[in-house]
Amino acid sequence: MRLVVDLNRCQGYAQCAFLAPDVFTLHGHEALRYTPYADDSRREQVARAVAACPVGAILLDDLPENLPDDVAGDGAGGPADGLHAAGPGVG
Amino acid sequence: MTHGTFLRKITDYAHRADPYPLYAELRKTPVLRDDIGPYLVSTYWEIHGLLHDPRLSSDPRNLDPEAAGLVVAEEEDDPSLPPSFLRLDPPEHDRLRRMAMYPFGPPHTPRRIHDMRGELARIVTGLVDGFEGRDQIDLVDDFAYPFPVTVICRLLGVPRADEPLFHAWADTIVSSADPDPDADAAERRGAVRRARTELAMYMSELIEERRRAPGEDMLSSLVHGDGPDGRMAHSELVSTAALLLIAGHETTVNLITNGMLTLLRHPDVLKRLHDDPRLAVPLVEEVLRYEPPVQLLPQRTPLTDIDIAGVTIPKGASVWLILASGNRDPRRFPDPDRFDPDRRDNQHLGFGSGIHICFGAPLARLEAQLALAELARRLENPRLLEDPPPYRRNAVLRGPRHLPIGFDGVRAGREP
Amino acid sequence: MSAERGGGGEGDGSLERLRRDGRIVIVGASLAGLRAAETLREQGFTGSLTLIGDEPEPPYDRPPLSKQVLLGTVDADRTTLPRRRAIGARWRLGTAATGLDLAARRVRLAGGEEVPYDRLLIATGVRARPWPHPAEADLDGVFTLRTGRDAARLRRRLAAGPRRVLVIGGGFMGSEIASACRELGLPVTVVERGPAPLVGALGGVIGQVAAELQRAHGVDLRCSVMVTGLEGDAAGRLRRAHLSDGTALEVDLAVVALGAVRNTEWLAGSGLGAGPRGVACDAGCRAFDVRGLVTDDVFVAGDVARTPHPLFGYQFLSLEHWGNAVAQAEVAAHNMVSPGPDRRPHLWIPAFWSAQFGVNIKSVGVPTMGEELLIAQGSLAERSFTGVYGYQGRVIAAVTFDQTNWLDFYRRQIETAAPFPPVCRTVDRRPDGLRPVPADFPDPSLPTHGPTVTLSGYSPTDRRIVFTPARG
Repeated sequence: MRLVVDLNRCQGYAQCAFLAPDVFTLHGHEALRYTPYADDSRREQVARAVAACPVGAILLDDLPENLPDDVAGDGAGGPADGLHAAGPGVG
Repeated sequence: MTHGTFLRKITDYAHRADPYPLYAELRKTPVLRDDIGPYLVSTYWEIHGLLHDPRLSSDPRNLDPEAAGLVVAEEEDDPSLPPSFLRLDPPEHDRLRRMAMYPFGPPHTPRRIHDMRGELARIVTGLVDGFEGRDQIDLVDDFAYPFPVTVICRLLGVPRADEPLFHAWADTIVSSADPDPDADAAERRGAVRRARTELAMYMSELIEERRRAPGEDMLSSLVHGDGPDGRMAHSELVSTAALLLIAGHETTVNLITNGMLTLLRHPDVLKRLHDDPRLAVPLVEEVLRYEPPVQLLPQRTPLTDIDIAGVTIPKGASVWLILASGNRDPRRFPDPDRFDPDRRDNQHLGFGSGIHICFGAPLARLEAQLALAELARRLENPRLLEDPPPYRRNAVLRGPRHLPIGFDGVRAGREP
Repeated sequence: MSAERGGGGEGDGSLERLRRDGRIVIVGASLAGLRAAETLREQGFTGSLTLIGDEPEPPYDRPPLSKQVLLGTVDADRTTLPRRRAIGARWRLGTAATGLDLAARRVRLAGGEEVPYDRLLIATGVRARPWPHPAEADLDGVFTLRTGRDAARLRRRLAAGPRRVLVIGGGFMGSEIASACRELGLPVTVVERGPAPLVGALGGVIGQVAAELQRAHGVDLRCSVMVTGLEGDAAGRLRRAHLSDGTALEVDLAVVALGAVRNTEWLAGSGLGAGPRGVACDAGCRAFDVRGLVTDDVFVAGDVARTPHPLFGYQFLSLEHWGNAVAQAEVAAHNMVSPGPDRRPHLWIPAFWSAQFGVNIKSVGVPTMGEELLIAQGSLAERSFTGVYGYQGRVIAAVTFDQTNWLDFYRRQIETAAPFPPVCRTVDRRPDGLRPVPADFPDPSLPTHGPTVTLSGYSPTDRRIVFTPARG
C-alpha cells in the first residue's frame, strides 16, 4: 500500500497517530510524520486511520506496485512500463 | 415565529426518536434567531466555519447575563469543580488539554489506545458470551453501557465497583446538559450541584490515593505527570478526571446503541458487516454522521459581533451549533438521509471539529468498531423488538434508553 | 485524428473526438503530472495519454525527502505517490523533453524522437539551484536536495557521521535539513545571507522566531553572512567553507539550499511565453505564447506555472507548493477536455507547510505581500501563534506555528478581503496582538491601486469571484 498525506489539509487532529501508530507519528504537538508505504500487516490500522481522518487528508492506494495500468508500448519508444523504460537518457 | 419555537421543538420529547425532519426545516434558515432564544446554526458550512472561528468562545463566562439564563445551568461558579477544558478557551484550554493528552495519546503516549485493542475485544467477547441461553437482551443495559464504563474505569484507574456511585452522579450531571426550558430550573440546579460536589469529592479522594500509590492508569500519570506544561493544580485534576470519566462513557453508550439500532433498520448492511468485519471502520463514521451521539453544542458565544449567512450574531449571545443537522445538510452530503457506509468524503461533525474536537474520539471509534462487528458476527437473526425504542430524555446527548433486541442464538466467540 | 485548434471549435464535434480518442501528452511525471493524468481519466478522457519524465522513477512524493528520508526512517525509493485511480498511460520515464514545436504539435525528446499531441500539459517543475561555482559544486561532499537520488546520497553521507554539516541558505528547505541534522545529533551550521531564517518567505518578525528556534536546537546559525567559497583537498573532497565575514568553517559536508530553478530551458525558441520565472498561463492554465496570446492546446500546471490570481492584484504567482501542484493539475486537466463555458479558473489560495524542530509551520495567502503583521493569537515567545499579514488595509496572508486549527478562519478572511488590522476580539489574544508591527520583509512589494476582488461561498461547489470596482 502506498500512501500520502495532504499536509495542507492536515490539522494535527492525530487520529491517525492514535489508530495507526506504526505508520503515523506526531513530531511535537501537531507536525505529522508518516511512512509513505505500509505492508499488509498494517492494513487494518491504516484503514482505521484513513476513515478517521477528520479532514480526509490521507490518500491510500492498493494498486500493485508495478504500474499495472500502463498500456502496451507503441513500439516507438521501447517498453511502455516506466520502471524499465529503455528510451534514450535513462539514468 | 412564536417564542422559542424551535428551541421547544428540539427539546420536546416527542421529537426525540426522529428529530431530522425538524432539522431539515431549520436548515431553511442556516442561522436562526429563535426569537428570545439562542441563535441556532443548522447548516454544515456555517457550523464548520464557527467551530474554526476564534471569535467564538466556549467559555460560558463570556455569555451575556441574559443569554446565560437560557443556557444550561451546568458549571456555574462551583469551587468544587471548576470548568474543564471543554468549557475554556485558549490558552488555558490548550494547556489543560495538552496535559490531559500526555498519558493518553501522541506525541507522548502514542500507542496506548492502539495497544488496548486486545483488551477491548476481550471485554466485548465476554459481554456477548453472557447472552448465551437468552433470546432477548436490552442492548443498552446488557452491553452498550457496561462496555465503555469498564474501559474508562480501567484506563482512568477508577474502581469498577464504584460504578453505582458515579453512575448516579453522571446521570444527573449529564441531564443538566439537556437545555429543556420547561424543566424546573431551580430544582434541577440543586440536584446537579449536589452531584457535582459528590463527584468532585470522590475524584479528590481517588487522586490522593493515586498520589500515595501510583498505578499504570491515566489518573496516576496525571497526578505525577511532569511535562513541559508542568503539573495540573488539584482542582484542575479533579475537573479533568471528572470530565474524562463522564465523557468517556456517556457518549459511547449512545454511539454503540445508535449504531446497532441503525444496523437493525438496515439488515442489508448488517449482513455485510457480518460477512466482513472490516466494514465496521467506515460504518462507524457513517453512524457518527447519520445518528451522532452528540446532537448539538449548546454553549458557544461570540466575543464580538459575527456576521454569518446574512445574520449578525451579537457579542455575548448564546449560539447552538446543531451538529446532527449539519451532518444531514444536502449541500454537503449527497443524499444525506441515506445510511451509506460506503460514503466517501465523509467529514462529518459527529465529534465536532476544531480545537474542541472530541478528546476521546480514537477510543470511541475503536470501541464502536469492535462492538458492532462482534454483535453482527455473533447474534443469530437479531431483530428490533420495539421500533422506535424508548429514548432518553436528553436532546443533546441523544440515544435510546433501552434497546430490546431479540435473536435466535449466539454464535461461538473467537478463539482466544 | 486531430482536434481543431481554437477554443471555439467545440460545436463541430472536435472536442468529443478529442475526449474519445485524442492524444494528450504530459511533460513532467511528478505530482502535478500524475494528478493531471488521473483527473483526465476521471473526466472521461479515453484517448491516448503519454507521460514524459526525465527521472527514471515513477512519480514520487518530495516533501518526505528533507525529513523522514534524511532521518533514515524512510528509504528514498519508497516515497512513490499513491494513485487515485488507474490511468492507462504510456510512460516515457528517464527521458527528458528537449523541445516543442507548437505549430506541428510535437514534443521532441532527448535522442531526437518526436511525440505528437492534440493537447499538451507542461508540468516540468523545478530543480535545485546549483552552487554557482561549478568546480566547487563538483567537490565531493557538496550536495543539493531535490530528487530522490539526491536524498539517498545525502542520507548516506549523514549516516556516515560527518564532522559538521554546512547548510547554505536558511529558507524552508535549508531549515528542514538543519532540523534533520540536529535530530540525528550532527553538528550543523546554517549560513543565511538575510537577517534571519525564513525571512524571505515570512518576514523579519517571524524570522526572529525561527532563528531562536534553530539556536534553541543547537544550530550554529550565522545570519547576514554569505558563503564566498568552498575549498577542497587534493583528492577533491570538501574540507572548508569561506564566509563573507572573513571566517572559515571546517566542514566535510555542505548542502546548497538556495532555492530552485524552473525547468523551462527545453521551451527556448518554441514561441511559448516561458523563461526563468516559469511558463506564463491564464487562470484557466492555458499557456501564453511570446506575443501574450493565450494558446488553447498547451496547458501548464505545478511549480513551473506562473498564473495571475485575482485575489492578489492579478499578479502572476509562481508557487512551489505541493497543494498548488495538485489543485492546478486538476483544473488544467479539467479544462483540457472541457468546452469553454465549463472551464474553471484556478483560484487556489496559496498554502504551504513546513515541519522543523518539532514545530508545524503553516501559511495561507501571500505573506510576502504583507506590509504589517499582527500576532492575532498566541505568543511569539511560546512559539505557538497565529500571525496575520496586512496589505493596503486588508488581510492578505496568515502564518501559524503549531496553531493550524485556526488557519481556515484566516483563509476565509483573505478570500473575503477582510479589513486589516482585524479589530475583532478573538480567543487567545495576548499583548503581542494589541497592534500590528511592520512585517519586515527585506524587499517590500510595491503598492498598487485597484479594485477589490473577493471569493464568496463556503461550499466548494458555489465558490465564485465577486468583483467590486474601485471606489473614489
